Amino acid sequence: MMEEIITSGRMNYKIDPQLHIWGWEIPLYLFLGGLAAGILYFASYYYLRGKEKDMPTAIKLAPMITPILLVIGLVALLLDLNHKPYFWKLYTTIKLESPMSWGAWTLMVVTPVSIIWSASYLREIFPNWDWKFKWLYALESYFIRNRKSLAWIMIFFSVILGIYTGILLSAFNARPLWNTSILGPLFLVSGLSAGAATIMMMSKDKLERNMFSRMDLVLIGIEIFLVIHMFMGFLASSQVQIEAAQLFLGGPYTLPFWTIAVFTGMILPGILEFLEIRGRHIPAYIPGLLILIGNISLRFIIVYAGQASRYLY
Amino acid sequence: MRYAMAIDTKKCVGCADCVVACQTENNVPIGHCRDWIVENTAGTYPQLELEIRSERCNHCKNSPCVRCCPTGASHYSEGGIVLVTGDDCIGCGACIASCPYDARYPHPEGYVDKCTFCDHRVKNGQKPACVDVCPTHCMYFGDLDDPNSEVSNILKKRKYKRLIPEAGTDPQLYFLI
Repeated sequence: MMEEIITSGRMNYKIDPQLHIWGWEIPLYLFLGGLAAGILYFASYYYLRGKEKDMPTAIKLAPMITPILLVIGLVALLLDLNHKPYFWKLYTTIKLESPMSWGAWTLMVVTPVSIIWSASYLREIFPNWDWKFKWLYALESYFIRNRKSLAWIMIFFSVILGIYTGILLSAFNARPLWNTSILGPLFLVSGLSAGAATIMMMSKDKLERNMFSRMDLVLIGIEIFLVIHMFMGFLASSQVQIEAAQLFLGGPYTLPFWTIAVFTGMILPGILEFLEIRGRHIPAYIPGLLILIGNISLRFIIVYAGQASRYLY
Repeated sequence: MRYAMAIDTKKCVGCADCVVACQTENNVPIGHCRDWIVENTAGTYPQLELEIRSERCNHCKNSPCVRCCPTGASHYSEGGIVLVTGDDCIGCGACIASCPYDARYPHPEGYVDKCTFCDHRVKNGQKPACVDVCPTHCMYFGDLDDPNSEVSNILKKRKYKRLIPEAGTDPQLYFLI
């Protein structure tokens, strides 16, 4: 038996009795960032493959919601800061060792690019849109001419944004649950899956919808593979990581993780999409919404459970 | 120069004078502490073994908090002391999440706060407040690069352990056992 207590009564705010420095803001942001990254990835990927006609939702319509998602995400990030008036200090340096730093810079690139991309398609989607000023029209035609360069920037930074949402957590070896390099790819794939689900829900074109439904099925398969891999890694690792895995294998996060994040968010929509491919009629918003619910709960659960996992000494 | 602290767990009685001295010296906001006492009881009654430790920031050589700080507010100062510049800190909490010792906390004013090894005293040749006030003289502070310093000498003579060295932080608090 070993008992360890802090007798001098340490009760530091947000630290004791259990770390909870990050509340709802960070997981919400991780979700929105991952979702935006997924949408922008597909938009630029299919644009570069010359599928502008076949994939109108993916390339033109869906990216229009990404500036909104990213701005809400940025507001959530700002709300999370304890020293808010100093937030601009983030943009006075670039520290490559700090995921928080290069992630903030990635957002600084992705957000304006997503706005420019959406704006360049605005008049195609809303034919009555008027830019009012001549120079805005000039700017629009400049960006339309340079869409290919924009797409290359977007595809690169959307992958960075997607993977960064996981690396942000995996860089902390003090929290054994987060300290796995699987988290970067897992969050990237899960963000792509959310992006595909959103495009699928927004699309009115049957072929495009089926395409993204199939894509989602593959992505869900990869996600489940990565989740299993993550637990295999934990259970074959040191004591602290075995204990971290126990949070999900009988511990307090078992029920929400396996029922909401994995079953409702991955397996169930996977089955529905499989049935759809087999010819059953399933409205796209059912698997789509389930995927989004699974996605957001995965991030909430990982962020909260990670703060409950720690080294014992 | 490499500042370090050695704490004799055989002499420490857990009186928490170090905690109060730190709070007074550094104007630590009420309800918070930069150092604290841990009592570790191991074994089954009546074969019990008690270890008492006065803990604080480990001023690690390979500090995850310095590495993950996005603005450079967390930095190494002279002698390897890990400090936070309040005016550069955005309070994102990355360093707090990265510290395996949970030695940091958000100050009510927003920036992140922690033990400074009383660098304002050390600069003037004084010892940190916690070391100075300890009634059992169980704490030793000094320069590890100086083979004749108090802390170097005691580490030559005594067995010691460090907390969670497996986290790869290279902590600079040495607990004499």
